[in-house]
Amino acid sequence: MGPTTEARSPEADLIDRLRSGDEATFVCLVNTHSASLKRLALAFVSTDAVAEEVVQETWLAVLTGITRFEGRSSVKTWIFKILTNRAKTRAIRERRTINFSELEDPKEPDQPAVDPSRFLPAAHPTYPGHWASPPEAWSASAEDAVVGREMMGVLQRELDRLPPGQRVVVALRDVHGWPAAEVCDVLGLSEANQRVLLHRGRSRLRGVLEAYFAENA
Amino acid sequence: MNDDARREMACQELVDVITGYLEGTLPVADRSRFDAHLATCSACQEYLEQMRALVRLTGKLSPKSLEPATVDSLLGAFRRWRDSQTRL
Repeated sequence: MGPTTEARSPEADLIDRLRSGDEATFVCLVNTHSASLKRLALAFVSTDAVAEEVVQETWLAVLTGITRFEGRSSVKTWIFKILTNRAKTRAIRERRTINFSELEDPKEPDQPAVDPSRFLPAAHPTYPGHWASPPEAWSASAEDAVVGREMMGVLQRELDRLPPGQRVVVALRDVHGWPAAEVCDVLGLSEANQRVLLHRGRSRLRGVLEAYFAENA
Repeated sequence: MNDDARREMACQELVDVITGYLEGTLPVADRSRFDAHLATCSACQEYLEQMRALVRLTGKLSPKSLEPATVDSLLGAFRRWRDSQTRL
């Protein structure tokens, strides 16, 4: 790439600053992306400690690779793909391959969003498939600071307990605010499979909060 | 319009397609059935509100952070890398 009359993009500036060894740029990148990198790593590896190692390896690979980086994708996508590859390699070494099949084909086994017993049967004469046991309004105690803290603890715990595919998709979409297209890109998911995982994860968490509010009304 | 598009959406179907509705990926005919059902069903209005509340609450969870020791060690690695670059 020679000199150009076009304005430099912020992305090109970022690459230049990183190549020139600008520490503030590196620290900023690490601070911006490490949390979601770690979340992504945890879709593939089993422990927090291994996820940290994979994130660390990823940043080292970024440093050694930045001189050769050709800008065919965004820096962000490039970094996250490095992480995905490393986490998968690590998972294979740990023999945790079940997560890939969940990511690739989340259709089976099918889980309903809500327990089917809460609906009237399809053969019901007037209201087939309508609520038999409708969702109760969540109590106003959700606004209470103490209840709120406890409920957020429950939500965090249950998010961490979701199957890995659902967990990583819900976390990247709803905790980190990623658009669907980026989640698909980084995880190699089709739009439909991404939506299935998001739907299952959110539906399960809604059910958990519903149960929580029913107990703490 | 085929029969499917005319058929009223039942609550049980609504909870299965709600993510597509929130994502804006539901086909137009299904979106109309969804909206038509919602207009007359307070239980499904509540369900939709709970899904939206869940997304808001999840957005308030703290992201996973790196251990301070990992960050320190990364910074050390960066400085070694930078120094090795300038020697080249």
